[in-house]
Amino acid sequence: MVNNEIIIQGGNVMKLLFEKEANNLIIKLKGKFDLHTAQYFKTEVNNHLEKNINGIVLDLEDIDFIDSSGIGAIISIYKKIEKKNRKIAIINVSPILRRILELSGLLNIIEIYNSRNKALESI
Amino acid sequence: MTNRAELIIESRTENLGVARVTAASFASQLEFTVSEIEELKVAISEAISNSIIHGYQNEIAKITMTMEINHNQLVIVVKDQGVGIKEPAEAFKASYTTTNDRMGLGLTFINSFMDKVELNSELEKGTVLKMIKSPEQIKKQIN
Repeated sequence: MVNNEIIIQGGNVMKLLFEKEANNLIIKLKGKFDLHTAQYFKTEVNNHLEKNINGIVLDLEDIDFIDSSGIGAIISIYKKIEKKNRKIAIINVSPILRRILELSGLLNIIEIYNSRNKALESI
Repeated sequence: MTNRAELIIESRTENLGVARVTAASFASQLEFTVSEIEELKVAISEAISNSIIHGYQNEIAKITMTMEINHNQLVIVVKDQGVGIKEPAEAFKASYTTTNDRMGLGLTFINSFMDKVELNSELEKGTVLKMIKSPEQIKKQIN
């Protein structure tokens, strides 16, 4: 497991944990996903996108805030891997997070799954 | 009850969290639910992000957030002196954006999570975004 962490002054913190399982990338996000952390997320995910990666599972259990900048960052990664016929799945979404994701239209292109195993099966 | 507070921040992304927490703390004087406070935090984040990205185009300048409670109503005004918006009415249309990174969702979220939104902007002078929200349970009592 690779542990990447960014600690930023002002209390906005994002932590990313990368894990590889059967050529799939599982990314556990922790903290706040906004304009301040969106570029960090995109850069780190791009750095971990190896050629043999089949798909990505985003675990949002420890995300306590997301806005349109965070959603834009997820869509940016989706656009990149979708071109190569790979998929993204999302797991562990709180009710308020789900509402924001629904409102954004993100759930029309990326599905939420109840478990990591189901998400891995889908991608 | 009436009360008023003002937060002045530099247009740095580090200050997004400061603005969200300040607005949430001020709003807790009214009987908002946890979900309503979370919605408010998203709206504040979008408003300040708009000023940073579109208003000042990532240059460092001053953003003022005025918070007011008046008769169970929370009124928040976010003001910048940035480049302004050519056609403010157009900005409310879904997916309106001048950059691609945020998919034009900012004002859509603000509209969805606040009861009333007013946008006033003038080119080269700046933008004023007024957002109003009352606790759901107060609205039910009135109706």
